[in-house]
Amino acid sequence: MYQYTPFDRQFVHLRAEQFRDQLERNLSGRLSDEEFRPLRLQNGWYVQRYAPMLRVAVPYGELSSKQLRTLATIARQYDRPDPALFESAQHTQNQIDAQSRVKHHPHPVKAPSLTQGYAHFTTRQNVQYNWIALSDAADVMDLLASADMHGIQTSGNCIRNITSDELAGVAPDEIADPRPFGEILRQWSTLHPEFAFLPRKFKIAISGAKEDRAATAWHDVGLFLQHNAAGELGFQVLVGGGMGRTPITGVVIREFLPWSQIINYLEAVVRVYNRWGRRDNIYKARIKILVKAERVKFTQEVEEEFTRILHDDAGPHTVPQSELDRVSRCFVAPPLGEPVRLADAAALQALQADPAYRRWLHQNVVLHKNPHLRAVTLSFKRLGQAPGDATPEQLERSADLVERFSSGEARVTHSQNLLLPWVHEESLPALYLEAKALGLAQGNIGLLSDMIACPGGDYCALANARSIPLAAHISERYQDLDELEDLGPIDLHISGCINSCGHHHSGHIGILGVDKDGQEWYQVTLGGSDGSHLSGAATPGRVVGPSFSVHEVLDVIEAVLAHYVAKREHQESFIDAFKRIGFESFKEVANQARLAPAPSTAASTPQI
Amino acid sequence: MNLLHPTPPLPTLASEWPGVSQAPRHEGRAEQRVLIVDNTVDPSILKDHLAGVERIELQFPKFTDGRAYSQAVMLRRRCGFLGDIRATGDVLIDQVVQMQRTGFTSAVLREDQNVQHAQKLLTQFAGFYQGDALESAPLFSRH
Repeated sequence: MYQYTPFDRQFVHLRAEQFRDQLERNLSGRLSDEEFRPLRLQNGWYVQRYAPMLRVAVPYGELSSKQLRTLATIARQYDRPDPALFESAQHTQNQIDAQSRVKHHPHPVKAPSLTQGYAHFTTRQNVQYNWIALSDAADVMDLLASADMHGIQTSGNCIRNITSDELAGVAPDEIADPRPFGEILRQWSTLHPEFAFLPRKFKIAISGAKEDRAATAWHDVGLFLQHNAAGELGFQVLVGGGMGRTPITGVVIREFLPWSQIINYLEAVVRVYNRWGRRDNIYKARIKILVKAERVKFTQEVEEEFTRILHDDAGPHTVPQSELDRVSRCFVAPPLGEPVRLADAAALQALQADPAYRRWLHQNVVLHKNPHLRAVTLSFKRLGQAPGDATPEQLERSADLVERFSSGEARVTHSQNLLLPWVHEESLPALYLEAKALGLAQGNIGLLSDMIACPGGDYCALANARSIPLAAHISERYQDLDELEDLGPIDLHISGCINSCGHHHSGHIGILGVDKDGQEWYQVTLGGSDGSHLSGAATPGRVVGPSFSVHEVLDVIEAVLAHYVAKREHQESFIDAFKRIGFESFKEVANQARLAPAPSTAASTPQI
Repeated sequence: MNLLHPTPPLPTLASEWPGVSQAPRHEGRAEQRVLIVDNTVDPSILKDHLAGVERIELQFPKFTDGRAYSQAVMLRRRCGFLGDIRATGDVLIDQVVQMQRTGFTSAVLREDQNVQHAQKLLTQFAGFYQGDALESAPLFSRH
């Protein structure tokens, strides 16, 4: 993984120092909340429902075991709200829960309690905390800097942390490793003086493999590494993807861009956006709206600006081979440790006959560039904990596994799990047993219970409805791994509001929290795709109809899945069956699961 | 970077370009001019008309509106403008580094801002990754 240079290290420390000064001025009343807001956001600090939220940048998802331990320390020491605050928050959530319950429902369900002292993996491969006091914020940034980490540009109207393929550098279907380019772009975009106050947030994803594991087309800029006819490496450039209120997938504005020009070209894209992106309406400010309205003109202007950067400015950010080589050297395969074998032959034999182990091998273990290695996903989707949540102990024990089994390196995945990219094939039995002991060996990766969910209305001030209770109901209902395996791969995505942090638009089954008359309701969409081979070209799902109550959602999911099971042909996956049978048929089934009509009030306006 | 306290606005006249007004400079030679440019204007239209212009004022109607940063870059890099580029409007001390790096040479800070603190912030970072108006080469190309 990338190794910080002395410059990089000094830079994050100076950034932490800068933030401390801003924070102190804010806390002493010399910097207003409004003026502090974009500064704290660009360091990852939100103000949430009850407490601030910190989003830590994990460039392209890559973490060392040491960094995992630092993240655990932060969870243990700082994700600790004042007891009175925590109690009052729980009281408020209990009231919301009581209000949202449908009277006389045959299966009343209670929401899980709020939790504290943990970290949360996000869909953009970052890590979040929900309870750190703002007065501790500067100390936390120092601690992060001591482990070569930061929260730079994880929020705000700037170029955000860049995401990539969780299997970058290890995938057998890889064309080129996207991480060196991710790092080169991270450095370019970090504290870029011209692009710190864009009309709206700006997200970049890079995919370097045949399979798109980064939801690339859903980003403001999506980059696909590829070779041209002459065998040269470059990017196909997509612009204008995004979720939110207007879900749109990106369009290709450049079929082939030589890799050395990536910064110059993106400078042109962002400059044109900075000039023309709308600032009068926050809902129309993303680049997707500009590209949708003026695609031809936009593309032409980007190309003209790119030409001027090359010719008038002499392309100062053309990436030399020497810089790519320098950065790439950080991403060579790490030295591999010895395989960890199970000493007990009888235990090994028993394990090999164990269906749960075989399922884990099938679902959680994937092939590797190196035929002797495998990439293994630890599942953070389990009963009793919210999707993607990790306690300090789980993080530290995971760090132990990362050190013993994966050369000290892990990846946060887009689906909110932790992947070990460098595992000896011979170590799998031992790793399984240890992961199982930690409760992280559910063989459910890619299945229904491996759902994506945002923190929702339990923590987030933007949310219209809670995500975690719904995720808990679904996890509880779908515990039977035989049933899950029979249902096959299904992307279930839950967002607590239209900002779409839970990527509901791209789920085969998408669930969106909406607020009607102060109560929580859920809109269901079907047939969305993140752009993977399984799901087909990236596309938003279609809305089934008026929103459902929290209890109905489970019935809707059951009805939709029963319909699939009844109608599927051969080994057809849910999404393939959906495409063959059609939306209307599933929509009808979903609507039959309705208990009572939802109030007709329009969904309330989300705030950002 | 010249950090200034607010002064009364200059009397301005319309120019031949929409969004651009001009003012004669009070002191100095009579032919020297000041252009005041809205942040919606493409500064490249001024490229051939900058002879005799001593200062260009770019505007921040709100500190979160970042269009003038790109305008300053364009004026330096594309128009070859060597005079003073001044930030006006909602100019806060936490943005002066960005202003300096995009080519501004002076900034009229909002009345309540602390000039001494702003001076300190200008030198806080030892360096940056990307090229800018002060140093066109990015870190990876500097020798």
